[in-house]
Amino acid sequence: MNNYPAILIIAPLLGAFFAGLAAWIQERLSYPLALISLALSTFASVNVLMEVIANGTVHYRMAGWAPPMGIEYRIDLLNAMVLVLVSSIAFLNLLASYQNVEQETHDRAASFYVAYLLFVVGLLGVVATGDLFNLYVLIEITSLTSYTLVALGDRDRAPLASLNYLFIGVIGASFYLLGVGYIYIITGSLNMVDVAGILPNLPGSSTVLVGFILCLLGVWIKMALFPLHVWLPNGYTYAPTAFSRVVAPLMTKVMVYVMIRLMITVFGLEYIFVTLHLSEAVVWLGTIAIVFGGIMALAQKNLKKMLSYIIVCEIGYMVGGAWLGNELGMTGAILHIVNDALMTFALFLALGNIVYKIKDVDYSNLSGLFGKMPWTMAGFVLAAFSIIGVPPTCGFFSKWYLILGAFEAGAYHFAAALLISSLICAVLFFKVFEICFFAPEGNGLSHDNSHGHGDPVIVMDEAPVASLVTLGIVSLALILVGVYSGTIVNTIILPFLR
Amino acid sequence: MTEIISLVVAKYNYWLYIVLMMIGLYAMIAKNNLIKKLVGMNIFQTAIILFYVSIGYKTGATIPIIKNAHGSHGAEAAVIHAAEYINPLPHVLMLTAIVVSVATFGVAMALCVRIYQRYQTLEEDELRMRLSEK
Repeated sequence: MNNYPAILIIAPLLGAFFAGLAAWIQERLSYPLALISLALSTFASVNVLMEVIANGTVHYRMAGWAPPMGIEYRIDLLNAMVLVLVSSIAFLNLLASYQNVEQETHDRAASFYVAYLLFVVGLLGVVATGDLFNLYVLIEITSLTSYTLVALGDRDRAPLASLNYLFIGVIGASFYLLGVGYIYIITGSLNMVDVAGILPNLPGSSTVLVGFILCLLGVWIKMALFPLHVWLPNGYTYAPTAFSRVVAPLMTKVMVYVMIRLMITVFGLEYIFVTLHLSEAVVWLGTIAIVFGGIMALAQKNLKKMLSYIIVCEIGYMVGGAWLGNELGMTGAILHIVNDALMTFALFLALGNIVYKIKDVDYSNLSGLFGKMPWTMAGFVLAAFSIIGVPPTCGFFSKWYLILGAFEAGAYHFAAALLISSLICAVLFFKVFEICFFAPEGNGLSHDNSHGHGDPVIVMDEAPVASLVTLGIVSLALILVGVYSGTIVNTIILPFLR
Repeated sequence: MTEIISLVVAKYNYWLYIVLMMIGLYAMIAKNNLIKKLVGMNIFQTAIILFYVSIGYKTGATIPIIKNAHGSHGAEAAVIHAAEYINPLPHVLMLTAIVVSVATFGVAMALCVRIYQRYQTLEEDELRMRLSEK
C-alpha cells in the first residue's frame, strides 16, 4: 500500500512549516520551498488518480486506525479528479504569482506563502477526507487562512471585507457543525460510509432531516449560493491578486464538491430525491442565483468585481444541475466543477496580469489593453468564450449536459436561465473587449506613466513571463478538456455515478 | 401548559443552546459595533459547544475512565457497561472546535485592530460612511 493520499496533504503542511521556518533565516527561501511542496502534492494527486482509475477506490487509514473509529481518507473517482484539479491549480498559480506577491505584499511575502500553503492543505483535506467532523475542521483551516489572506490585500478595504467574510463564514461552518451533531445523535458515527449505511434504517426521522438541512445550509453559505453570497464579491475583489487567483476558482468549487459528496455518499440520492421534496425549490434557487449573478455582474464598473459576480452566477449552474435529479444534470454539475475551476482560473490569471500593469481595473482604465498586453488578452478572450459557452472550449460541454438535464427533468426555467446567462456573459465580455480594443487610449487617468502624449504607437508592456506561460498552459487546458470532455465523462464521472 | 413546561424542563440544556445561539446570531446581525459582533460570534459558537456536550451526557453516568481497570485482573474486570460512562467522543470533538473558535476569534480581533488603526472607529455605520466618502 502506498502513501500517496497522505503525502498529497502532508507535503504542503510540512512545506508551510518549513517555509515559515526558512523565512527566519533567509526570506527568499520560502518561495522555492512552497513551490516544491506543491509540486510534490500535485505529483502525489496525479498518482492517486491513476491508481483510482486502475484499481478503484483508495482507502487510506490515518495512523492505521480502522473506520468508523479512525479517520479515513477515502478517495474515489470524484475526489481523485478534484484533488488533481486543486493541487495543480494551486501549484500553477504559485508559479505564476511570484511577481504579483512581490509587488503587492512585498514585506509579508513569507507569511503569504505560509498561509497560502495552509489554505491548500485545507482544500485538499476537505476533498480527501471520509469523515464528517474532519471535514469541518479542514473547512475551518481553509476559511481561517482565507480570512487572513484576504486581509493582506487592499490596505483600506480588505480588513473590513475580510471581517464580514469571517462573520458569515463562521455562521456557515457552525451550521455545518450543528448538522453533523444531529447526524451523530441519530447514527452514532461520523464516518461518511458508515453513516450512509445506517441512515436507510431510519426512514422518516426528523433528526436526519434537520441534520441534512443544517449541513446543506452551512455548505451553501460557504459556497455563496445566491441569498447567502454577500461576502464573496468584496472579499475576492480586495484580496491580493495572487490569492484571489486561487480562491476564486477553488474555494466555491470545493464547497460544491462537498455538497455533491453529502448528497451522493452520505445521504444518498434516493433519500434526497424520493423522500424529500426539496429538489424543485433548490433548482429554483439555482435559477435565481444565475439570473441575479448575471444582472449584478452587468451593473459593475470594475473588472475584478464583475468577475466575482460571475462566480455567484456559476454557483447557480452547479447547484441547480446537481439538484435536477437525473444523471445528465449531475454529470453536468460535476463536469462544471472542473471546467469552471479552469475557466475562472484563466480569467483571474489574466486579470492578475492586468492588475500587475495597471493597478486599478475600473472599466475606464482598460482602454488599449489589446495593444499593450496581447498575450494576456488572448488568454482572457479564450476564457471569456469558455464562460459564454462557445463550442470548442470546455464551458460549452458542461452547459450542454446541464441544459439536457434540465429538459429531461422538465425544469425549463433552469434551461432558460442557463441560456440567458450565456447571453448576459456575452454582453458583459464584449463590453470589456470593446473598451479594451476600441476605446481611445488616454481617456482614463492611469496612463500618465506612458510616453508623452500624442504617441500613436501603443507600447507593448506585458506581464511577467511565468504568468504568461501559465496562462498559456491553462488556455490550452481549456480547449483540451473541452475536446476530451467525453473521455472525462466516460472514464470518471459516469463510472462514479453508476 | 404544564406539558410545555415539562418538555422545556426535561431538555432544558437543548432549549438553552437554542436561546444562546439566537442571542449570538442576533448580536452578529443587529449590533453596530464590531466588537459586540465578535462577542455575539463567540456566544454563537459556545452554544454549539453546549449542544455537543449535552449529547454526550447520560444521567447517572461517570467520566469515561474504566473502573477497576488497574488492580483487579481476571474475569470480573472484563465487563464494561457503556451506560455507566458518559460518551467522551462529542467532548473530544469539542476540544477541536474550541481550538477552531479561539483561532477564529484571534483572527477577528487582529482584523479589528487593523480596522481601528486605519479608521479610528469600530462602529459599522461610521465605517460605511468613511468608505463611501472615498
